[in-house]
Amino acid sequence: MSPRGRPAPSLLERLAADLDGAFEEVVTEHQQALFAFIAAQCGDPGRAEETVQDAFVRAHRALGGYPAERIRALALRPWLFRIALNALRSSLRGRHLQLVLVETPPEGVDPAAGPEVEALRAAERERLLGALASIPEAQRAAVLLRYAHDLSYPRIAEVQGRPVGTVKSDIHRGLEALRRRMGAEVEA
Amino acid sequence: MNHQDRGHGVPPRDVEAGLRELGRRPAPDTLLPGVLRQLGLGFWYAPAESSLGTVLVAHGPAGVVAVRRGTDGAEFEAWFREHRGGAVHPAAALPEALATAVAAGLRGDGRGVDVDLGGLTEFQRDVLGATRTIPRGEVRTYGWVAREIGRPGAVRAVGTALGHNPIPLLIPCHRVVQGDWRLGQYSGGGPEAKRRVLAAEGVDAADLEALARSRVRFHGSDTTRIFCVPTCRAARRIRDDHRVAFGSEREARSAGYRPCRLCRPAAAA
Repeated sequence: MSPRGRPAPSLLERLAADLDGAFEEVVTEHQQALFAFIAAQCGDPGRAEETVQDAFVRAHRALGGYPAERIRALALRPWLFRIALNALRSSLRGRHLQLVLVETPPEGVDPAAGPEVEALRAAERERLLGALASIPEAQRAAVLLRYAHDLSYPRIAEVQGRPVGTVKSDIHRGLEALRRRMGAEVEA
Repeated sequence: MNHQDRGHGVPPRDVEAGLRELGRRPAPDTLLPGVLRQLGLGFWYAPAESSLGTVLVAHGPAGVVAVRRGTDGAEFEAWFREHRGGAVHPAAALPEALATAVAAGLRGDGRGVDVDLGGLTEFQRDVLGATRTIPRGEVRTYGWVAREIGRPGAVRAVGTALGHNPIPLLIPCHRVVQGDWRLGQYSGGGPEAKRRVLAAEGVDAADLEALARSRVRFHGSDTTRIFCVPTCRAARRIRDDHRVAFGSEREARSAGYRPCRLCRPAAAA
């Protein structure tokens, strides 16, 4: 709140008024989600960092060409997810998706519960990333957007540029496949 | 060996919980600075050497935004956030062209440094702009700055504005002193720091104190009939046997002297 008690202008308002001045805040606010998404989507944290940087540079360029009205009306997070997904596609263009999986077997861990649990969790995380790598790209992205980033079906459809029905059935199938791979009980 | 102790081992975790956790993976610290570098945005800081020891110099796309004594990055970042707003990121060094200008500025000639005074009032910018015109090795008074910016009555406000100078040394607020030539306040570390910076530029605070004690405001030359502020480079060339001291502008004018055009000790009549 500003001193006068008026609500402070929103980030989108400030972005529309001063793109360069407000852009750092866009990165600060959304980098974690975009990085986590792309890192899980491609399985390579180094590529993910470069891709997300590229996505923000593209986003800045795009915003520079938008009228203020359009910026104020943006749903920023889904819009950024979409740009990041496109940036990942161009990063992988002409290459097959190579998933680099670092196996970290929980060996020689401290017998104390904390580090042991931590190591087991890390192993579990790697297993899940491996399972994700085994399902089709579009399914993987849809499942991550739904369960890792809490986007609604219509938003995911928007990000992927696909019909909502397709997104729903993909998420359902993708989750089933992951559960099978992870050896978890498939709920009825 | 992996024996799962059901008592307080690993709780069985489902795929959805695992996915939620993947969604919380933190971004690397290098991500944001990389974006800002590619776009030429953001504020960055790096150390530089000055007559007051190491200072941290922050700059943005439009030039230098802050200078502060010390070497503690965390302290500097917190101070920057509070006073300027937003984040400032550590850089290995200043960009080459800026580094050259800043080094000259820290040696006393800050005219070539681009400064960004965004966020300051027009009055503050005027005060700092006038202060930048004071040459190395010379001093002026708060009243002089007030008159230069067309606000002769705003002497106290000038002092306040200089007290909030975000770019000390490069904007030489240390060259502005009290009306009697005593040093007065210095936001860059008090009177002792002011004394040291001026000494590095060849201004001896003891000389200024002596002027104050003998109530001398101006020096004139009886050959040119021009009067100056005592540290004016023209006044410093007056031979002792031709130097005349005045206690006020009125005294100098009634003796038939006119103000120097270089140091402008008084409004041109």
